[in-house]
This record gives sequence, C-alpha cells and structure tokens, in this order.
Amino acid sequence: MFKDDELEAIRKTREEWELTVLGPIMEKWPERKEEFRTQSGHPVQRVYTPEDIAGKSYVDDIGFPGWYPFTRGVFPTGYRANLWTRRLITGLATPEETNKRLKFLIEQGQTGLNIIYDNPTTNLLDSDNPLCEGEVGRDGVPTCTLRDMEVVMDGIDMRQVSTSIIHSGPFILSMYLALAEKRGVPFEQLRGTLQNDVLSQYYTVNMSVVSLRDGFRLSADVVEYCRKHVPRWNPISFVGYQIREAGSTAAQEIAFAIGSAIGYTEELMGRGMDVDDFAPRLSFMFNCHNDFFEEICKLRAARRLWARIMKERFGAKNPLSWLLRFHVQTAGSSLTAQQPINNVIRTTIQAMAAVLGGTNSLHTNSMDECYCLPSEYAARTALRTQQIIAYESGVTNTVDPLAGSYFVEKLTDDIEAEAEDILRQIDDMGGMVASLEAGWVQREIVKASNEYHRKLKSGEIAVVGVNMFQDSEDEEVPIEILRIDPAHERHQVEMLRQVKERRDGEALRRALERMKEDAAAHRNIVPSCMEAVKAYATLEEMRNALQEALGAGKESKDAFIC
Amino acid sequence: MNMEGKPIRVLLAKAGLDGHNRGIQLVGKALRDAGMEVLYGGLRITPQEVVEMSIQEDVDVVGISIFSGGLMTIIPKIYHALQENEATRHIPMIVGGILPPGDAETLKAMGIKEIFGPGSDLEDIVAFIRGLVAESRERERASRT
Repeated sequence: MFKDDELEAIRKTREEWELTVLGPIMEKWPERKEEFRTQSGHPVQRVYTPEDIAGKSYVDDIGFPGWYPFTRGVFPTGYRANLWTRRLITGLATPEETNKRLKFLIEQGQTGLNIIYDNPTTNLLDSDNPLCEGEVGRDGVPTCTLRDMEVVMDGIDMRQVSTSIIHSGPFILSMYLALAEKRGVPFEQLRGTLQNDVLSQYYTVNMSVVSLRDGFRLSADVVEYCRKHVPRWNPISFVGYQIREAGSTAAQEIAFAIGSAIGYTEELMGRGMDVDDFAPRLSFMFNCHNDFFEEICKLRAARRLWARIMKERFGAKNPLSWLLRFHVQTAGSSLTAQQPINNVIRTTIQAMAAVLGGTNSLHTNSMDECYCLPSEYAARTALRTQQIIAYESGVTNTVDPLAGSYFVEKLTDDIEAEAEDILRQIDDMGGMVASLEAGWVQREIVKASNEYHRKLKSGEIAVVGVNMFQDSEDEEVPIEILRIDPAHERHQVEMLRQVKERRDGEALRRALERMKEDAAAHRNIVPSCMEAVKAYATLEEMRNALQEALGAGKESKDAFIC
Repeated sequence: MNMEGKPIRVLLAKAGLDGHNRGIQLVGKALRDAGMEVLYGGLRITPQEVVEMSIQEDVDVVGISIFSGGLMTIIPKIYHALQENEATRHIPMIVGGILPPGDAETLKAMGIKEIFGPGSDLEDIVAFIRGLVAESRERERASRT
C-alpha cells in the first residue's frame, strides 16, 4: 500500500522518534503495563504505522463498501440510506404479554421483531409438562401451538415487519408460515430470520432433542424449503454470539460460526442445490463484547473471510453470495449484577462497536438482565441507546470510518489469520460436525473460558464494580425488577388445554403419523410439520414423533472440565 | 478412619431446562484444582436424580447451577427432595444462578446454605464449601462420641 522509499522514510523517522522522544519519556513515565493485549489476548503495540500493513493491497484487501471482499461493509452507502434494523429480543410470560411488549417496542421506534422462547419451548416441551413447572414464560414466550403464534402476532402486519425467530428446526417457523397462510399473506412477502443453527446450539445451549446429525439434517431441510417457498426469508443464522458467551475468544467466535456455515453449505450443495441459490440467504449473528477495537476488527475480518470462502472455496458467482450479513447482540455475559446502571454504558460502547463494524441489525441488552427479564423501562432505554447512536452521534454519516487506521487494519488482518488457522484445523478433522462429535470445539471453548476467568481473577481483565471500584457496602439495586406472576403460567396451561380440546383428533393423528414417516424416510420435514402445526399439534407432540422416528439425542458432556 | 484427610466430594449439576453450563464448568474446575472430587450430574437434572446421585456417590455437598427464571420453583423442589430422604437430609446444598434481589434471602431462610450470583469469586466458593464440610464432619464426629 506504500512505496518502498516511503516505508524506508517511515522506518527512519520511527527510529529517530524512538530514540529522541519515546526513550526519555518512557524513562520518566513508564507505561502502566509491561504488555498490552486485547481481551482475547492479541498483543497490542504502542503505536501502529504503515509498516504494520505494508504487505496489504488497498484494492484487494480493503477496497470499497459493497465491493469484494467487503471488508468495509456489504452496502455501498453504509447507513446513509438505511440504518441497521433495531430489534430487541422480546419474550415474556405469555403470548398475550409478549404481544403487548412487541407493540410497545414498535411504538417506541423498533424496526424489527426479535422473538425469544422460554426454556420449555426451546426444548420442544409443552407448558403443561410437569418438567416445565416454574419455567413457563420465565425466559421467553411460551409457544406450544399455532394458537400461541396467532396471539403473539395479533395486530402486527406480517407483510410489513421483519421477524427474527430464535428457535431451531421447522417447528416455530412452520407456525409463522401457517399463520401467514391463514391471514392470506403470500410467503413471498415474509421477511425475517430463523436462527436454526443446530451446530452451534449443540455445544452452547446443549440442545439434544435428536442426535446432532439428525438435527443438522432437519435444519438443512428448512433452508431447502425456504429457498423454494419463502424467498425473502433467511432460513438460518450462524450463531457466533453463543460461542462467545460460552467463553470463546473473538477469533474463535467467527471461526466456529463460519465453520458451521461451511458445514451447512457442504450439506446443501451435497443435496444438489446451487450455492448461488441459497448463499445469499445465509446470515450470521455475532457478539460485541467490551474490547472496542477488537470487536470492530472481528466483524470486518469475518466479512472478508466469508467473501473469500464463498468465492474461492465454493465457487459462488453471484456477488450476493459473497456477502456476510449479520445481526449483533451486545454481550450478555459482560453485564454485572454489581452497580447495574453501569450496564447501560457497557452496552453503549458495545453497540457503537457493532455499528462501526457495520452490523445489519442490532439488539442491545437491558441493564437489569443480571436480575430478571427486561422491564419495559430498561428495554426502552436499551432501544434509546441505539437511537442515540443512530441519530445523535454522527457515526452513521460515512461508511466504515475506521478503515485505513493502521491499528484497525492490522488487527483485522490478525484476527482473520487466526480464524483461518482454526478453520484449517476443523477441515483437518473432517469438518464441523466431526469436530463437534470429537468434542474438540467444546474443549477449545472451555480452555478459552478458563483463560478469560483467570485474567478476570488476576485483574488483567478489568470489570468496573466487580474487580475494581467495588462498592464497599451492600448497595441497594437502584433498578426496577420485573417479576413474572405465576398466574401467567396457569393461564398458559389453561389455554393449551382449551386448544387440545378443540382439535380434530383424526387430522392431528394423520399429520403426526406423516411427520414420523417423513422423518424416518429422510424426506424434507417442513411440509409435514406445516400440516401438523395446522392441525394444532403441540411442540411436544412433534418432538415425540421425531424421537419415535429417529431416537433421542444425548447431552454433550465432552467438555466438562478440562 | 481419618475424616479430615478424606477428599471433599461435591455433586455439581444443572437444574432447569436451559443449557448454559459455562458457570458450572468454571466452578467444577476450581473445586478440582482445590483438591475436591467433583461428580457431574449433567444438565436438566431432576430432584429424584439429585437424591439418587447424592446417595450413590456419598457426597458431602450438593451444588446446583441454574440459569433459568424458574429458579424459585426448581430449587425448593430439589431441596425438599433432599430433606425428605433420611440418607440425604444432612447434605448441605448451595446454588449458583441469577435471581432478583430478595430471593436469595428467601432461599437461605428455607435452608439453602448460600447462593452465588453473577461475579462471584471462585475462591470464595471453594472456601465456603470447605467451611461447610468442616462443620458437618465436626458435627458427625461429635455425634459419634
């Protein structure tokens, strides 16, 4: 990027500066630490210069926004035409309460929905299962049947809204599609994202309804179905977020998410699909943690890495296939129960990193999440955080404003190289599914998590209010606490009972039977799942049908303590 | 038999339907590094399973990690199951998880020995367990003499 004589002049000047200016100053005022590192452990130099990116080509490695390899973003005008989608994770108590909260957030200026499900729903268990007692509506919205989806989306125009569904497999999406059909909304008009990344779920939230390989296949069925019938829907989102929350480094986060995306791409191409048909609809979800520049560089590195993998490894020709589009969630694990108001500030910095990293969609955590689900007040403040960044800060006026910073470009390169190295190791082990089955990925994450906590303990990583500037006395928590009334659980169980009573038993039995047959025969599961959903089958009934056909999965314990 | 020399045995498990196991992994490692024997009961453990494993493995302490909003339903169930069984009622139970202010006091009033929330120091957990076990072994010895 620089001519040799220029670099030579820079080197000479640097040496002179080190000798005459830096040296004496360092003697008088030594630096605070022997070495500086990013949160994930990358060494950070005192000063960066063109020497650090001398080998780079502006055109090939940095380039222009909306131009291969997309280091500077996927859209040529950045946020000057459209801001990112502001969508807050929502799901609480009952479908009725969740619907109210969604409408409140839309009224407050939210531009997309982002729906999270309670633990029973995530595990495909019904609200009336005794195993679920006390957990219905506590960490998300309970959704047992199509009826619950009808209530959640009541009064919300499915033609207008983009909906993110934090669930895997065909189940909840089938409910969404069945509801659209009922309302006469053509599938072509539906926009949104299904999380659906069973591979990263396997070792982060340890989902185990069916085996890893069966779950993988069923989620790929959804991608295949959506490409044929729901053209504007993103049928899968590769989740780096949870990997990071489980304790990984920044480079591991993007490497494992991209590893999962490579696994799905190979599976879908193996089914005879054209990469340029489905790749434009693959999406990603990343974390933004505390180390501001590391997070920005991670996002830039991920975009470039994916573009090259799609073009060079998979031979994708459609430029849309090269785009890594992603949602960011600020880091839940960075929030502290101590001095919870500080979480607003942490979240602001993390959200700013997401925006400077070019995110396409953003969730900001609420200050109270170390205690409870977000109160309305806390959720609104989280949304306002995004709106202040969007409308007040001015960072949206130009595209990728940090490009060309010697530090930012160098750290982008380093994270990309580290992620590439991890991806090579995954390839050597036979791909992501094999690496997971061997427990390698899990062990690598636990190692990183242990290292992170060692640094927290030693103070190498600072957390204000926790390992420094603690309050000496028991402080009163100055925030509103949302409590979920147990009456909501009883209401949900009663609603489920009424749905079960009203169903056509024969249609239900036939649909579940067909689902079982399709699963056993490895036919695409979505059509029979849709039929079951329309007959008001419950999640647990569908779970049972699948387990009868395929057997139950097991929890992955490989990574426990190493 | 020299009770003091016997390593402390801890059953660690995750209750509730969520799968977040980062916390329990860290605690498990810290306890092992401190010389304790850790038995891992896995995810989504039921009260009955806690009782069975506690007896089978002859543990000194039960530690339940839970990230679910159902904590205030699930933890009492496990505690009562331990209490109702003659063979396990003496085993102290501790909990790790997220909960609103005030709820920890409720659980402690019920008999849970301690609740370790977000940001807890692993060394504090190790020291607390050592204290608990020293106390119960002392009691056991006194009752024999």
